Amino acid sequence: MTYIAKPKFHHPGLPKNELGYTHRDYEGKISTLCAGCGHDSITGSIIEACFKLSIEPHRVAKISGIGCSSKTPDYFLGNSHGFNTVHGRMPSVLTGANLANRELIYLGVSGDGDSASIGFGQFAHAIRRGVNMTYIVENNGVYGLTKGQFSATADRGSKSKRGVTNSDNAIDMVAIALQLGATYVARSFSGDKTQLVPIIEGAIRHQGAAFIDVISPCVAFNNHTGSTKSFDYVREHNEAVNRLDVISGRAPITIEQAPGTVQIVEQHDGTKLALRKIDADYDVHDRLAAMAFLQKHAAKGQVVTGLLYVDPEADDLHANLNTVETPLNTLEAKDLCPGSAALEKINASLR
Amino acid sequence: MPVTSPISSVNDFVVRFANVNGSGSASANEMFARSIIRHGVPVSPRNIFPSNIQGLPTWYEVRVTEEGHLGARGGVDMMVAMNPQTWDKDVASIEPGGYLFYDSTKPMPASKFREDITVIGVPLTGITNSTYTDPRQRQLFKNIIYLGALSALLDMDPKVIEQLIGEQYKTKEKLLSSNVHALHLGRDWALQNLKCPIGLRVQKADKVGDRIFVEGNSAAALGAVYGGATVCAWYPITPSSSLADAFTSHCKKLRHDPETKQAKYAIIQGEDEIASIGIVVGAGWNGARAFTATSGPGISLMTEFIGLTYFAEIPAVIMNVQRAGPSTGMPTRTQQCDVISCAYASHGDTKHPLLFPEDPHEAFEMAAQCFDLAERLQSTVFLMLDLDIGMNHRLCRPFKWDESKQYDRGKVMTAAMLDEGRDFGRYLDVDGDGIPFRTYPGTHPTKGSYFTRGTSRDRYARYSEEGAVYQDNMQRLMRKFETAKDLVPRPLQANAQKPTKYGVIYYGSTSPAMDEAIGMLEARGHNLDRLRIRAFPFHSSVASFIADHDFVYVVEQNRDAQLRSLIVNENGIDPVRLVPILHYDGTPITARFIAKSIGDHQDQLKVTPLRKVVS
Repeated sequence: MTYIAKPKFHHPGLPKNELGYTHRDYEGKISTLCAGCGHDSITGSIIEACFKLSIEPHRVAKISGIGCSSKTPDYFLGNSHGFNTVHGRMPSVLTGANLANRELIYLGVSGDGDSASIGFGQFAHAIRRGVNMTYIVENNGVYGLTKGQFSATADRGSKSKRGVTNSDNAIDMVAIALQLGATYVARSFSGDKTQLVPIIEGAIRHQGAAFIDVISPCVAFNNHTGSTKSFDYVREHNEAVNRLDVISGRAPITIEQAPGTVQIVEQHDGTKLALRKIDADYDVHDRLAAMAFLQKHAAKGQVVTGLLYVDPEADDLHANLNTVETPLNTLEAKDLCPGSAALEKINASLR
Repeated sequence: MPVTSPISSVNDFVVRFANVNGSGSASANEMFARSIIRHGVPVSPRNIFPSNIQGLPTWYEVRVTEEGHLGARGGVDMMVAMNPQTWDKDVASIEPGGYLFYDSTKPMPASKFREDITVIGVPLTGITNSTYTDPRQRQLFKNIIYLGALSALLDMDPKVIEQLIGEQYKTKEKLLSSNVHALHLGRDWALQNLKCPIGLRVQKADKVGDRIFVEGNSAAALGAVYGGATVCAWYPITPSSSLADAFTSHCKKLRHDPETKQAKYAIIQGEDEIASIGIVVGAGWNGARAFTATSGPGISLMTEFIGLTYFAEIPAVIMNVQRAGPSTGMPTRTQQCDVISCAYASHGDTKHPLLFPEDPHEAFEMAAQCFDLAERLQSTVFLMLDLDIGMNHRLCRPFKWDESKQYDRGKVMTAAMLDEGRDFGRYLDVDGDGIPFRTYPGTHPTKGSYFTRGTSRDRYARYSEEGAVYQDNMQRLMRKFETAKDLVPRPLQANAQKPTKYGVIYYGSTSPAMDEAIGMLEARGHNLDRLRIRAFPFHSSVASFIADHDFVYVVEQNRDAQLRSLIVNENGIDPVRLVPILHYDGTPITARFIAKSIGDHQDQLKVTPLRKVVS
């Protein structure tokens, strides 16, 4: 959806990561979303997270559904394969892609219309199966591309731009993801990159179903007074439970914070998540408490953000299916075809 | 009323078992069919069952046919009436001179029988209850007891059945001996109390050869294993569930690494058909061979994704085990009613290849071939099975695999090719066959990546809403479909013994009934050339076959003459030249039906010329 070619030259002094790549190597085409759209900030955060993690861009598969959010994979990681699938069906396509090649990083990008309405079932089942992925919902509470209808995450009582009050109850995707067994669950705000970038980093490094709900205000249709997904509302009601730093490799951990308020979580692949606690009592490993915490604060109109739950020992769909380590898409006839001698035996058993 | 003499026939009759669903009769009935095959006599069995697990009526029909006619025949020579619910209808369906076998433990009024049939009463419940006390045993062994009685009545060799029981309970000695005991209880009672054998008899022959006896769904699933499928996603639906089940069990035996025990496949039971095809699409996009198995309602749900596979050019295989529609229709009855809905599935201008296997042998072969075609054509390819082939055991040629055969993975550009500087345009036709190159995700750090979308784009996968760019792409897709005509299985032609102006086109499970009907029609003086269509898009020989004949009958198992419509539409044939012969009551088409329909039509054509009348 891009008509303007993006210039490729860049400042020679741009910082490089371990692989020698700059930020620019993680960018995609120029965004065609509205100026100031929260989704573009999330795109920026994804680029930042991948740069910081020194990921080979082509080893990521970006998969999305349909909608404003689902257009964004074109705007980051231009050297990755992307797949803009069918409305609400990103999770199944991602699941199939993941089964075919377990070695790539799977980034699922979706929106609240795509995942909480038409794709609610697929969202739920991909989470249930523990697909190793980073599932990001860019949540603005409205259907942007079709000009501002309420989505299923719009809070009851919130007002549309035209002044209509939403009478339906909202779906809290984070609460659902927790209930369905996602092993890395976070919520963040597109306007808070310092919180969001490390959350995405941690999710990419997580070896299981990671779900991130990012409140991402729609500047065109849902950024007015009376909306609970506006920049102002989310800033005023943001209840962050922690701040995250992701430390990979052998880098020493140096965090300036009062003693006792930093928790180190080591994930399966050795990356460490340093959680600077804001709420001292919040236990990031307690799924039930997380669910209760969310409900309690939602009732008060607060938006809980941060890394809400992580199971560092998570497993994934491949572990459950006991599939071979070699990606299935590289297996050849000699690996897969039992041959004519085996077929003769089968024939004999059918006589 | 003239007295009807009892039917007398050796190795050529139909036995139908009327049972209650869930009573354990299926395995005894299947053993009956298998034991006749072991006599060297071909059989063609069919399940007629309700959409139910327990309690409703179910039938199992065994056509004993030394001639090897494997289509349904129609009519019943012997009814094994084990279900009081359907008694009246079952008794009424017996051919005059036929036989009724029933449980005579409780006396029945004479009005419940017919005078023109032979009634054979065996006190099955009585024998069972005096031998067994456990209710489940009573139920199961009653089935074996009637099998024993039938073996005496039909003059079968008990050793053959004993051997089958031995094979079935190889590792379960206790079950083996108790089954053999039950068999002889029934057999001995019949020998002592009835005139054995009756007019229907099984005589040892040598007409089975090296053929195998297998269900089409299991065969197709095995074809998927041989064809290199690694991802299967499916949602339970009759009559296709047993295909996914069979794939699972074949994979458990054939696809685990001998050392690590790890699986070289992944099977997902999806939350619905949409997710199932979505998983297949994701896997296909990422370079794995993937398929789903479903039936008509599942196809309806999958159509949006099928359009995506057409436009974004993603390999996918859908095995459609057709059942009677529309809507829920008759989920346990057979039809060929999804031809149009699969050929043109999805919104917009779309077309997809279809393969029509005639029996389990071809189901195996074509299932494997589907994966080559899907990757070569970068498209959804349908394997069009139906309940008649899928869920019934069918005697067929043994499975064959050519060891020298390599999988055709289609046009895939590798990292090495990209490094050589090959021009990669995802939708660029490089050699005129309409098929572009693709790359697998993760191939190369800087080259060959592209964005896959269901929206319009140019030859280099760049988004575009330009009319000319869109048309260019749609034209290329048409060229690709032309290419497919020479890649899919060709039609098979068989000419009549005498030159004829008339032809017949048929496909899929109609095959055995058609073969038999040809003989019946010849006996009536009607000669027809035959063309069995094995795939869509149609090879050029379909049009030339029609051109070579004045009229061509198109025999199908649906109401709307769907294949005929497809032929008319795709080849621009005058519809008048294609005469539809349609069977769509949910039962498998029979030779009797085909021969009568075509024969009556042919008779009408035999108008005596006016000049002859005058002279």
